[in-house]
Amino acid sequence: MTASILIEAIQLLIVALAAPLLVGSVRKLKARLQGRRGASVFQPYRDLRKLLVKEAVISENTSWIFRFTPYLVASVMLLSSLVVPMLTTRTPLGFTGNIIVLMYLLLLATFFLALAGLDAGSAFGGMGSSREMIIAALAEPTVMIAIFAIALRVGSTSLDEIVRRGADDSLLLLNPGHLLAFVAFFIVALAETGRLPVDNPATHLELTMIHEAMILEYSGRHLALIEWAAGMKLFLFLTLLSNLFFPWGVARTLEPLPVAIAFAALALKVGALAAAVAILETSIAKLRLFRVPELLSGSFTLALLAVISFFFVR
Amino acid sequence: MTINEALMLNLLAGMLSSFGAGAIGALLCARWPRAARVVGHTFALLGALLALGLGLAGLAGGTVSVSIAQVLPIGGVALGVDRLSAFFILVIAVAAVPSAIYALGYTREYEGRYSLAGMGAALNLFLASMSLVVMARNALTFLALWEAMSLASYFLVMTERDDRETERAGWLYFVMTHAGFACLLVGFLLLSHATGSMEFAGWQAGAAAVTGTTRNLVFILLAVGFGSKAGVIPLHIWLPQAHPAAPSHVSALMSGVMIKLGIYGLVRVGFDWLSGGPAWWGGALLLVAAISAVLGVLYALVEHDLKRLLAYHSVENIGIILFGVGGGMLFQTYHLPALAGLALIAGLYHTLNHAVFKSLLFMGAGAVLHATHTRNMEEMGGLIKRMPQTAVFFLIGSVAIAALPPFNGFISEWLTFQSLLLSFQIPDKAVNLTFALSVAALALTSGLAAACFIKAFGISFLALPRSEHAESAREVGFSMRAAMALLAVACLVLGVAPFTVLKFLSKTTSELLGATPDMQFTWNRIVTGGSFATVSPLWIAVALAALLASIPITLRVFRANTARRYYETWGCGRAVQTARFEYTATSFANPFKRVFSVLYRPVKELAIEFHPESRFFVRTISYSNEARSIFDDAIYGPLNRMLRSFAQRVRLLQSGNVNVYLLYILVALVVLLVIAR
Repeated sequence: MTASILIEAIQLLIVALAAPLLVGSVRKLKARLQGRRGASVFQPYRDLRKLLVKEAVISENTSWIFRFTPYLVASVMLLSSLVVPMLTTRTPLGFTGNIIVLMYLLLLATFFLALAGLDAGSAFGGMGSSREMIIAALAEPTVMIAIFAIALRVGSTSLDEIVRRGADDSLLLLNPGHLLAFVAFFIVALAETGRLPVDNPATHLELTMIHEAMILEYSGRHLALIEWAAGMKLFLFLTLLSNLFFPWGVARTLEPLPVAIAFAALALKVGALAAAVAILETSIAKLRLFRVPELLSGSFTLALLAVISFFFVR
Repeated sequence: MTINEALMLNLLAGMLSSFGAGAIGALLCARWPRAARVVGHTFALLGALLALGLGLAGLAGGTVSVSIAQVLPIGGVALGVDRLSAFFILVIAVAAVPSAIYALGYTREYEGRYSLAGMGAALNLFLASMSLVVMARNALTFLALWEAMSLASYFLVMTERDDRETERAGWLYFVMTHAGFACLLVGFLLLSHATGSMEFAGWQAGAAAVTGTTRNLVFILLAVGFGSKAGVIPLHIWLPQAHPAAPSHVSALMSGVMIKLGIYGLVRVGFDWLSGGPAWWGGALLLVAAISAVLGVLYALVEHDLKRLLAYHSVENIGIILFGVGGGMLFQTYHLPALAGLALIAGLYHTLNHAVFKSLLFMGAGAVLHATHTRNMEEMGGLIKRMPQTAVFFLIGSVAIAALPPFNGFISEWLTFQSLLLSFQIPDKAVNLTFALSVAALALTSGLAAACFIKAFGISFLALPRSEHAESAREVGFSMRAAMALLAVACLVLGVAPFTVLKFLSKTTSELLGATPDMQFTWNRIVTGGSFATVSPLWIAVALAALLASIPITLRVFRANTARRYYETWGCGRAVQTARFEYTATSFANPFKRVFSVLYRPVKELAIEFHPESRFFVRTISYSNEARSIFDDAIYGPLNRMLRSFAQRVRLLQSGNVNVYLLYILVALVVLLVIAR
């Protein structure tokens, strides 16, 4: 019992505290790759502190939805961090939901963010909401088919089971279906977390922003919560990618030493994926909005191929 | 607990006499509209409450059978309740109780404009015939009640008959429902002929003997007949016309309940009367499910009439339900009754959930219509400040229909996903692939549905009012809000405590399939397929609420600035912000229209009238960008033309001369006598 509470507390703290660091590291690495010095990796913490001491300026047109959304979005991310197997395959709250539940929880957060985008009555917010939703809707089939591919391999959709059975499977990476599903899920993760080539997290150019347009009216503590939640979402997706597809080092027991090793492994894997994101963002340009469906249907095809390959090799 | 038959019989008799009293009472009060309104709807409420009791008693195991041989020829009236019937009675009652409460307030403004006596009588007849049709135990009883249900709902649709659009919608509904009825009639007669019985029990017993073409033909005819009532694509065209034209509480009943009786029929055909068939039956249902779900939501996305948008979502949700039903049939074909049970539970649970949240949404739309006198979303906006309670109820309905936790739509969609994912146990690659594509279609549907309800709620309720009607909207009366509150609470309860319903449903499917479904559940957890998947909706809700409460506390502990200043929306330095700067429903839907342009084939027209002196001054701009229905173009248009030209030819027979008509009768008689000799 104590161990369970401790594990959940550690997971919550990792996601809550490391999310700004992850965002800062990606920005720093991108800056270095682009030949700039870049801000310190701790800059996001300073930004959050600054936002928290400022008062919130709220549009007169908004309703309670606008003020409620930041709290809901942050809560959803914190709840997800309790469910995702981060360090062990015995996540104490793992029973509350499988991977599909997790995806719907994230969709709940997107739903309210998009409503909040419409709440202020500005054209930017509406534009952001509309675009965010078409990307979210088109990403959904890929997510589910990639989940189907995983479920076919391990015979379960429970997050802990996927990691455990994946770790037992020594030929995992030689499996073409597994790699196809990984690529598909990676593309979807980029789309869901608003990274290039789908959305540019650094832009404030009116016509190209998607996520940033949606949250344009936010300020003060509300903006802090939303920025923090966006960082947590990135962290959660990278954790999912590393633990579901490369389940190495994840602890099977709740002993201190395996958990410590798992922590180091998680840091390495998420760090490697973050570096991949930074390199990718440096080397490619943002796609036009109406080219994004092509990218997403490409990732859908990969996921479907993964499923088909499992049917034929089993 | 054992339910004795006397109790069931009393509930049944009480329900029928309430509906009867409501219908007759409303007609007797025809000269006093207020009395007709109160009498008709109060008795409807009483009858619906008794129906609720009957449904619950039936689900708890109560049975009843009534047969009166004298009333109808060939077998008389035969009624009976098993668990499946009882479940559908429950579904009807769950929507009917709040609808009757809502109608008490909603119909007040009909006084003096439309006949409240006729409306009250038709409503009671509609509720009675729906509750009875699921109890019918022979072909003729079923068909008579089915027709009574269709006619009663037709009269309800035609309430506001002075509107040309309503007239057209009613006509379309009348034609489509009778085309469906004809299919059912032929199918029933074929099945009766093949099994030698008009009783449903006889069909079940003799179904194994019906083979080959007859069996397939019966299935196709009955599937088309029930499918047209359920509103599956491409038999859906009446639904988005007829449902919005009816008064809102009737729309709630038609969308929430009546179309579900098509599902009831399909479940009876697939799992009871014919009990199993070749794989292509289930495969065809999955295909229809995918088309209905995806196209239903896509048409809803470009629809800006709030009630019609909801009607298209009914098409979508029927698709989601059919994923469960069709999947169940496929599992049955491959002798996996435990999985068939799971799939059927998912479909039936979504049936109940859809009845709850769709009634809620139609009532919300009705409240908005009541307050703003428009169904056009582009003239709404800002209603959350003017109708705060209605807004909360509509939001709960929207989150529920978008299948987001912790509300009820999520649980049934989650169960549907699990049953589709578990299809890998079927040892047939083509079937596996069909299921994989179904998973993708369902996922796309749920994403698009979320987008559509952001549009529906965001454009109608948020930001600034877009017209004077919306500006001057006021919160609706108590009875309407009470009805919506009941349904909103039901959305939450069915979402966090699904075990209450699953307990009954697993018994229902066990009774139908003879095997327990592949799921375990306790008060706080559902587990499917061994350890394949778990969900604990109660914990999700509790944890989410706890985290929501803890964040503001944490912010205070860390001394975050909790001050708040109200200021105008940032507008690039514009002087004033008006509603004209807002994103509209059309603009919100535009990316979807572009991405799926193959399906919409939008017709864009832009006409600009310039000032005669200079092209830099514009007098008027008219822009229209309408989506065309591919079904109207490809199926119903040609069909309509063919019928017309056929009718033109047949007209030659009609000379208007009575003697010629008498000759026709004589010839027909002689021919019949020769054949029947």
